[in-house]
Amino acid sequence: MQNMEQERASAPPKQIEDLSLLGEVSHRTAGVSRLEMCIQCGTCGGSCPSEADMDHTPRMLFAMLRAGMRHAALMSNTPWICVSCYHCVVRCPQNVHIADVMYTLKGMAIEAKLYQDSTAPDFSQTFVDMVEEYGRSFEFGLATRHYLKHFPLRLPNMAPMGLGMLSKHRMNITPTRIKGIGQLKAILKRAKEVEATS
Amino acid sequence: MSDSYILYPGCSMESSARAYYDSLKAIAGIIDLRLQEIDDWNCCGATEYLGIKLTPAYALISRNLALAAQQANGTRTVVAPCSACYLNLAKADYYMQEQPVLGQHVNEALAAGGLSYKPGSLDIRHLLDVLVYDIGLDTIKSKVVRPLTGLRVAPYLGCMVPRPDYEHRWSDYEYPVELDLLLNALGAEVIEFPLKTECCGGHMTQISPDTAFELIRRLISAADSHQADIMTTVCPMCQMNLDAYQSETNKKFNTSFRMPIVFFTQLMGLAFGLDAKDLGFGQELVSARNALAKIGIEHPAEAPAGTAKPKKDGSLPMPAPLPPRNMHVVGKDKVAK
Repeated sequence: MQNMEQERASAPPKQIEDLSLLGEVSHRTAGVSRLEMCIQCGTCGGSCPSEADMDHTPRMLFAMLRAGMRHAALMSNTPWICVSCYHCVVRCPQNVHIADVMYTLKGMAIEAKLYQDSTAPDFSQTFVDMVEEYGRSFEFGLATRHYLKHFPLRLPNMAPMGLGMLSKHRMNITPTRIKGIGQLKAILKRAKEVEATS
Repeated sequence: MSDSYILYPGCSMESSARAYYDSLKAIAGIIDLRLQEIDDWNCCGATEYLGIKLTPAYALISRNLALAAQQANGTRTVVAPCSACYLNLAKADYYMQEQPVLGQHVNEALAAGGLSYKPGSLDIRHLLDVLVYDIGLDTIKSKVVRPLTGLRVAPYLGCMVPRPDYEHRWSDYEYPVELDLLLNALGAEVIEFPLKTECCGGHMTQISPDTAFELIRRLISAADSHQADIMTTVCPMCQMNLDAYQSETNKKFNTSFRMPIVFFTQLMGLAFGLDAKDLGFGQELVSARNALAKIGIEHPAEAPAGTAKPKKDGSLPMPAPLPPRNMHVVGKDKVAK
């Protein structure tokens, strides 16, 4: 007993956890996230088709957010493994917008440069680069850049499929650019300014 | 006579899901479905932009809503055939009403392009919803000249059509019956497909293939164990994952599934007596030949060889380099400090 008290007295002052984290995530989520309403029931993880590949179930992740574990929460692969199937969203008894919270956490992880593997953030960013450049997605450009960088060993397996898609005209080898690309770029530029100041 | 609708096709309809667009155009006249495409629409951002930056992602989606509202002439319904497009458009419209500050931010951005959008001024609906609830099953049934009798079809909806369903348009989040009813109207034998709203893996085929292959395996294996001849989808991404990655999935699990995956509009066209080749048959990688033969329809020959001309210098066609970007990317296995 005495030992424990001595230990406590000599321990460094406890780190003040980041108690604003939960509110920050909620605030940065589109719509009214209701993240604060989570009752830790675990229905989300139980409904999740890809939970086996996550390092934290959504329920655990939300508890980590509440506990202010910023680094660990942003490093979690959970938001990147979420497949946006919305099973948890429609089953959540508290109507937490779980899938949208996952999108927010991805954005925050990219901002803080905290992730275990760059494959997913890279894929999203390359997709967005193409859309910002052309106004349309460009699957061929995306696939070639992405596979060469992240899955070169998968290419032999992929080749018949890629050739099939090309020969059946299911993949355009040149991008389509919208007429209003200048307008779209102006809109996105302003949107980024608004985002930075809000 | 039905009203006309504003169509947001989405990028896939012009590339990987051309069979969907071809068959939609082919059946539209028969059921008097009038679609006017949004002029100069842009990509909805799929499931990618939302995970990068909030306001730009919603501004990107909302440029389409602004253009659609501008173009709307006595109609307020936007129809999207792609699940992800449908959800993104519906989500933006819904969240900008639920959280007005999001609508303000988006409108500040749109103003830079001379556009604006008042949230709630359009109805965003998926194609299947419009066909079942506006055109109606009776009309569809009345156009059937070649019932799909004896064809066992697995009805597959995927995730983003029935969920989260902000406007409560569907009979159920997890086991809706609309697609089953439509296929019944075509005379098909619809199997009770337990996984009809389970996930196809979405973009996981690109970033975590093992996650995706397991989800694909579950779906194909379930359809196969119910002796389905064919599986039908309402989404370009689902079709792409189940069709184009079926062979990789087979390799991974040492299986030999050959489940053809086609769009529900292609089956509608067959039942309406249209020529299979005008409905995009032949574009699927796992051929629907045997399924069509079962109902006495000849599968068109393979799609004509590509018209893409090889580049003069003989190099492979590669995308033009993009301008440098701001995001810092760490090495694949390294952890950023």
